[in-house]
Amino acid sequence: MKGMSIIVKKIAQLISGFIFLYGIYIIIHGHLTPGGGFAGGAIIAGAYILNILAFGSDAVNLRNKEKGSSLSESLAIFIVLMLAIFALFIGSRVFLSNYLPKGQLGEIISAGVIPLYNIFIGIEVAAAIITIFLALIIFKEETKR
Amino acid sequence: MELTLSILIGFMIVGALFAIHAGDLLSAVITTGIVGYSLVIAFLLLKAPDLAIVQIVIETITLIIMVAVVLDSTREELKVKNDFKSYANILLSLIFSAVLLFFFLESISGLNLFGEHTLRMSEAYITEATEKTGSINLVTGVLFDFRGYDTLGEATILFAAALGVLTVLRIKSKK
Repeated sequence: MKGMSIIVKKIAQLISGFIFLYGIYIIIHGHLTPGGGFAGGAIIAGAYILNILAFGSDAVNLRNKEKGSSLSESLAIFIVLMLAIFALFIGSRVFLSNYLPKGQLGEIISAGVIPLYNIFIGIEVAAAIITIFLALIIFKEETKR
Repeated sequence: MELTLSILIGFMIVGALFAIHAGDLLSAVITTGIVGYSLVIAFLLLKAPDLAIVQIVIETITLIIMVAVVLDSTREELKVKNDFKSYANILLSLIFSAVLLFFFLESISGLNLFGEHTLRMSEAYITEATEKTGSINLVTGVLFDFRGYDTLGEATILFAAALGVLTVLRIKSKK
């Protein structure tokens, strides 16, 4: 697909990094402030989509990106499942239980496994949205010819 | 509060109706945004910032994806003639909405007033969740601890959706 004009490209260059950082902030502070894995993952996917739409890309390049995103999506959901299954061997031996020490309230590293779940759910959501977007764009590119 | 919400919901209904009757696909997609963004304001009024963030981001991304994919296939809607079948459909839908409204009114007559939740479980969550999960954000604490299965299911649904899109589009593009 074609890219957009130079104004759009420059603005996308300037702000996409900040959007990405904001997504990471929302994910990491998920247990302290409103937001969490789902919201942060969607914001990160938005940064990627902004870049792809502004700069444009050819089908081969898009296919490579799609491979990476679908791989990271599968890995993230696998790690979430492994974190949940790991709880069967530690502590109260209940699926999905919070087995790490809780730490002090209000610190970034606290609340046991909840931040870990947040991070990997965030990666999963971001990669899933990017994969769907890339699949639709590639389909559109290939049917155009 | 209830008045503002009612106005918002009326606005959403108008937007949804316009989306059905819009002339071409692009304006229908954009009018669907009215529903989503009004829902964001409704979530903010009901003091649910977590949901509002998710809704505004997902709504924007969905609109962008729809526009980026649909933009080329913009075409006029087909005109359908009104015959006996369509009038029967309208009559049936009116009957069903009357029946649903009746049972809805029956079922909400025993509930608490709007905004006054005194259920036993929600009180236990509000008072004890912070020390039990160690998470200051109550919503995340509930989502990843008490309601862990829900979150796991949602993530799996998203994974399955991406898998489905990949499968369907790959088969078609190989032709």
